[in-house]
Amino acid sequence: MHEKLTYILDRHLKNQGSLISLLQDTQDVFGYLPKEAINWYSKELDIPASRFFGLASFYAQFHLHPRGKNLVAVCCGTACHVRGAERIINAVQRELNLDDLSDTTDDGEFTIEKPACIGACSMAPVVLINGKPKGKANADIITKEIRALKKAGTKDNG
Amino acid sequence: MIDLTIDGRKISVREGSSILDAAKSLGIFIPTLCHHPKLSSFGGCRLCIVEIKGTRNPVSSCTAPASEGMEVTTSSPQIERLRKMVLELILSDHPYDCMLCETAGACELQELAYYYDAKHTTYAGERRKYEKRDNNPFLNRDMEKCIMCGKCVKICDEVQGVGAIDFAYRGFKSKVCPQYEEDLNCEFCGQCVSVCPSGALTGRMWARKGRQRDIREVDTVCPYCGTGCNITLHIKNNEIIRVSSSPDTWNEGLLCVKGRFGYEFVNSPDRLTKPLIREGSAFREASWDEALEYTAARLLDIKNSYGSDAIGGLSSAKCTNEENYIFQKFVRAAIGTNNVDHCARLCHAPTVTALASIFGSGAMTNSIAEIENAEVIFIIGSNTKESHPVVANRMIRAFRKGAKIIVADPRRVPLARFSEIFLQQKPGTDVALLNGIAHIIVKEKLYNSEFIKEQTQGFEEWMKSVDSFNPEYTSSITGVPKEKIISAARTYGSSRKAGIFYAMGITQHTTGYDNVCAVANLALLTGNIGRPSCGINPLRGQNNVQGASDAACLPDVYPGYQSVGSPDVREKFEKKWGTPLSAEKGLTATEMMPAAIQGRLKALYIMGENPVLSGPNTGNTIKALESLDFLIVQDIFLTETAKLAHVVLPGSCFAEKDGTFTNTDRTVQLVRKAVEMPGDARDDLQIISAVSARLGYKLEYEGPEEIFREFREVWPNISGISYKRLNKKRLSWPCTSSNHPGTPFLYKQGFPKGKASFTPTAFAPPAEETDAEYPYILTTGRNLYQYHTGTMTRKSGAIESHAGRAYIELNTADAERLNIIQGETIKVSSRRGSINIEARIVDTISSGVVFVPMHYCEAIANILTLDALDSRSKIPEFKACAVMIDKYNSSPPDLI
Repeated sequence: MHEKLTYILDRHLKNQGSLISLLQDTQDVFGYLPKEAINWYSKELDIPASRFFGLASFYAQFHLHPRGKNLVAVCCGTACHVRGAERIINAVQRELNLDDLSDTTDDGEFTIEKPACIGACSMAPVVLINGKPKGKANADIITKEIRALKKAGTKDNG
Repeated sequence: MIDLTIDGRKISVREGSSILDAAKSLGIFIPTLCHHPKLSSFGGCRLCIVEIKGTRNPVSSCTAPASEGMEVTTSSPQIERLRKMVLELILSDHPYDCMLCETAGACELQELAYYYDAKHTTYAGERRKYEKRDNNPFLNRDMEKCIMCGKCVKICDEVQGVGAIDFAYRGFKSKVCPQYEEDLNCEFCGQCVSVCPSGALTGRMWARKGRQRDIREVDTVCPYCGTGCNITLHIKNNEIIRVSSSPDTWNEGLLCVKGRFGYEFVNSPDRLTKPLIREGSAFREASWDEALEYTAARLLDIKNSYGSDAIGGLSSAKCTNEENYIFQKFVRAAIGTNNVDHCARLCHAPTVTALASIFGSGAMTNSIAEIENAEVIFIIGSNTKESHPVVANRMIRAFRKGAKIIVADPRRVPLARFSEIFLQQKPGTDVALLNGIAHIIVKEKLYNSEFIKEQTQGFEEWMKSVDSFNPEYTSSITGVPKEKIISAARTYGSSRKAGIFYAMGITQHTTGYDNVCAVANLALLTGNIGRPSCGINPLRGQNNVQGASDAACLPDVYPGYQSVGSPDVREKFEKKWGTPLSAEKGLTATEMMPAAIQGRLKALYIMGENPVLSGPNTGNTIKALESLDFLIVQDIFLTETAKLAHVVLPGSCFAEKDGTFTNTDRTVQLVRKAVEMPGDARDDLQIISAVSARLGYKLEYEGPEEIFREFREVWPNISGISYKRLNKKRLSWPCTSSNHPGTPFLYKQGFPKGKASFTPTAFAPPAEETDAEYPYILTTGRNLYQYHTGTMTRKSGAIESHAGRAYIELNTADAERLNIIQGETIKVSSRRGSINIEARIVDTISSGVVFVPMHYCEAIANILTLDALDSRSKIPEFKACAVMIDKYNSSPPDLI
């Protein structure tokens, strides 16, 4: 891990980058921000780890825990909210056996995210499943999609 | 200057002042919760809003700069309505449990809610719930009470330079926490606690000890390091329940973990409460009469059989000036010998001897407060952040104001984080490093020729002595890359507002005297002395080590550094004290131990020192103390040294007596009695005068003030200081008349002895070098939490639970080679002995160097150190000896 981190850090030191872009690059490599990475940067840069944590926990784009193989992002923007995003979230949570405090399934297969607005209000409510937008969604459609992914996952593992 | 009107009153303020500052200078009160005068403005709480004519919305006065012609209204029905709303919004998210809150009565939020009649029900709704509890031993962090003012975050980062906490998450979930909401693991200075406006941050040990009712507050001086922070003891029922420090003290309310949380020892059940007399291998309790009679009889007996010089006294830098003055007077006048010394021998003896011979005085030349205006701060051999934390706060402030910091230390000490240049020299190569720096300053002609011509002598000759210390040669000795030596020289050499700060890393060597001379040479070379914010600044370790030296618990001088060798001086003191005095210089602390082994010293009276742990080569110290016919130990605890005594006399601690301490920058401050002594323990002054009376020499005083008056009569430098003046204001000596304001920095009018001399210094390796058998250099020192031999800090529960285990620091590469893992117990041996100790693998220390803190009796660092002395100042070489490291085997360590 340290080699990868050194590579990322060197690029940012050369270009006088900011902490945010450093964390973005780190997340691109690891999929989330590992604690070890934050502590390592803190030591290398002599910047308190609390500062990194403050930044990383403030922005919704940063993830402090490993994310599932499949990402289900239910848009929570105003338009989606009005058209029933909350009901979709409840359905997804029920389907994946998650609650408000946990957003990744124990088996690491699924993560649910609640971005503030993905900018596709015309087709609200919108859900991004592994980056692919599903417009005019409802609880049933999304539950079906998730079940399909579950099945595919079992096949892969089998 | 900018002219503006606030509430109809005109005022001029400096450019850049905020409206809040301007209002304050008019004495207008504006409520705030997130503002602190020493921290950057935040504008978060929105309570300080004011109206500005011509501006539509109210603005926060702490962030809005005052501007020309501005008309400000600080209070109007609209403003007050908004303020009340802000408070009610805060309260809606605040647990309404003032009944149980530690801070009730001293809570800024509670107070404002009271004045504004703000209710928590107005905006009642969902409230933040934080289940997570922080399990650190010092601070209670109740984040539900947090109002997000951010003062703790700022003081931790800006002032303390730690940044242990920050705002995390966002919106309703926002909170202040360490990374990953881990338990706090920081320096535990508690500055955050001192600025918290609610009950979110409190001292864990304060809980349920009492809040505001029936609490007495006594202002006094911290008993730990030489910084001399002013503290306030909060007392309930003869127990210290809290320590605080007011923002208007010279230390601005800043304290360290020891000062703020290390007070429990005062009330420890382990305190000595009765005199003890040895019977065989055990002690029995005795009455004061019996103990004093016995002590006096044995001392008289030894004096009659072997002469006065067979008796010695070790005084304490923990005790007051008055106690030290009386102690040395007792040894000199009642016993009749100059065999009196104290622990300055083990810390700053080279400073006192070398600086006195160069300049005529051996103390810090400049005051701590001046640090913040320095341009360059050169710290060598001082772990300031851990050993003098509040001095380090000033250095960090200087850094924030743009000062450049150079740190030279064999370990990457915490302050290196703020350094522009960090030099990691090998232990014991300081002369070479300092001469190497001087070499560049000379070569590049950065020196101050005018100053050298007017105020110094011996420059030409000295210049030749640094000729050979070119960067290549210096680098080969010190292990510091030559570019760094050159850049340190350029940085220090080109500033005329540069201070050098040093401590044990310079002095505790067989070359200690030369090290100090080499430091002095740099200051003379650049003329960085005799003006504010520069100078030569030895940071002294103990609360009153300066005072104990001033009061002459030293074998070669009378009070005020007046030589015992001078017949005129002796005559003066003989007259004053009414008895003939010895003309012979006495033994130093480090010479007393061999003298005891050789049988020349028969009795030793130790007041408040613990040489078994603090002296070099523990095995030898124990042998020496066991060789004595009679050992008296006067202390507050049964220390490792007291356990060897024939008689133990229970004394009093700093909180139980009146007197004065003199801190590291020569400032005399009043110590005030706050609580009564436990059991039959007695005031140390009373004990000494009772023994003295039984020896036939009367030491009768009404109290400490009368002793101070006598001290001031014999030493002109403090003749202008009196208790009455000290009650109002601390005073730095020299203070020579009753209206003299004191002297923050020395040598404004040149040096008292005329021209100061450059002292050529040659590099000499440590007394014991590494070899194939003992391949590692051991260096010893202190850590942040514990203090010296741990007599006090180890009796303080929180400190002990956090830092109660001995450890050795070794480099990652060395650990790998030796196949040692983190936390493993290893055996460390020198030619003197060995200890078993937990390994702490770090990369802040160079490969080949290991570090053991001196505090722990379970693994006494000084079992390993050697008793080789600096020939001139008699200080032992604590900072370098050769050791070997082995995996632990189960054979018991050969200690006491």
